Amino acid sequence: MKLTLMRTAAFLAGTAFVIIGVMRGEAGEVLEKAVRICLECIGIG
Amino acid sequence: MSRMHRDRVKRHSRLRFAIQLAAAALSNGYAAGFAEKTIFTGRSKAVCLPVLNCYSCPAALGSCPIGAMQAVANGTRHSISFYVLGTLTLFGVIFGRLICGFLCPFGFVQDLLYKLPTPKLKVPRRADKLLRYLKYVILAVFVILLPALLSDRFGLGEPWFCKYICPAGTLEGGIPHILMNEKLRALAGALFWWKLGVLIAVLAASVFISRPFCRYLCPLGAFYSLFNRFSLYRMKVDDKKCIGCGKCDDCCPMAVDVRKDINCGECIRCGRCRAVCPANAIDRAGLTDSPAAERETT
Repeated sequence: MKLTLMRTAAFLAGTAFVIIGVMRGEAGEVLEKAVRICLECIGIG
Repeated sequence: MSRMHRDRVKRHSRLRFAIQLAAAALSNGYAAGFAEKTIFTGRSKAVCLPVLNCYSCPAALGSCPIGAMQAVANGTRHSISFYVLGTLTLFGVIFGRLICGFLCPFGFVQDLLYKLPTPKLKVPRRADKLLRYLKYVILAVFVILLPALLSDRFGLGEPWFCKYICPAGTLEGGIPHILMNEKLRALAGALFWWKLGVLIAVLAASVFISRPFCRYLCPLGAFYSLFNRFSLYRMKVDDKKCIGCGKCDDCCPMAVDVRKDINCGECIRCGRCRAVCPANAIDRAGLTDSPAAERETT
């Protein structure tokens, strides 16, 4: 029972977070960053 | 070990190798990136992969969730990324650290290095236990707090984990770009050499210690470990069948106390314990099994 509750809560929270994130335009922000070479990430920035 | 049993271990090992290879190839499927000396710029880059895979790798088709989380926090609009957090929560609640065991390309690299025939090191239990907490500190400080709280006068932060620690970024992004691009080569300074040092240290440690990065440093593994006890995919030990031979503990790449706590946060669900068990006492837990039923004693 507790296990099902925890899973359901985590699943609902995860889904809600994704929806909120997409509505806030975060997917676009991720895309914007990911299509450029991240100089810091590769140790140059 | 009987022949049938040996065959089962081999079969499991081959299947896992094939899945790891396929996952690494799919995550990095844009081979043209190497020929074009650039990175993939398609819309799939908006999607967070569930694994640690640098989005600055010339062949990467999706985004690294740890890089993406910092990228959003570094901007001026949001200090935390619900999109990335939600994506990771969904993967975590379904798979737990199965992702580390089967899908992560950097985990695969460590597994390959550990196969090299050299003497292996066993980290003393106390040091091992303490060092495991380091990955949670890295997740909290380098991935969440520093990128969100420290910013320059324009309100922009830095990707602290990617910039100062991530060896996957150096291996998949840094080294290929430095080799391919003369201009970037000219810009490589102390930071690049520092990151190269971190990468070499992690790779060298991987030859002697099984998955040292996953055990002690990986912030993504730290995040997924929070879900391991209640994720849909879990394991169980049948105490009725267990003969106490300890083969499961000996073969575990994450040094988990398999018989005592098989679903602890460190288990990467690689299934080796299940394959080597001569009594077939280890299996996948059913969806409705309670944590108490993970150890079947009746």
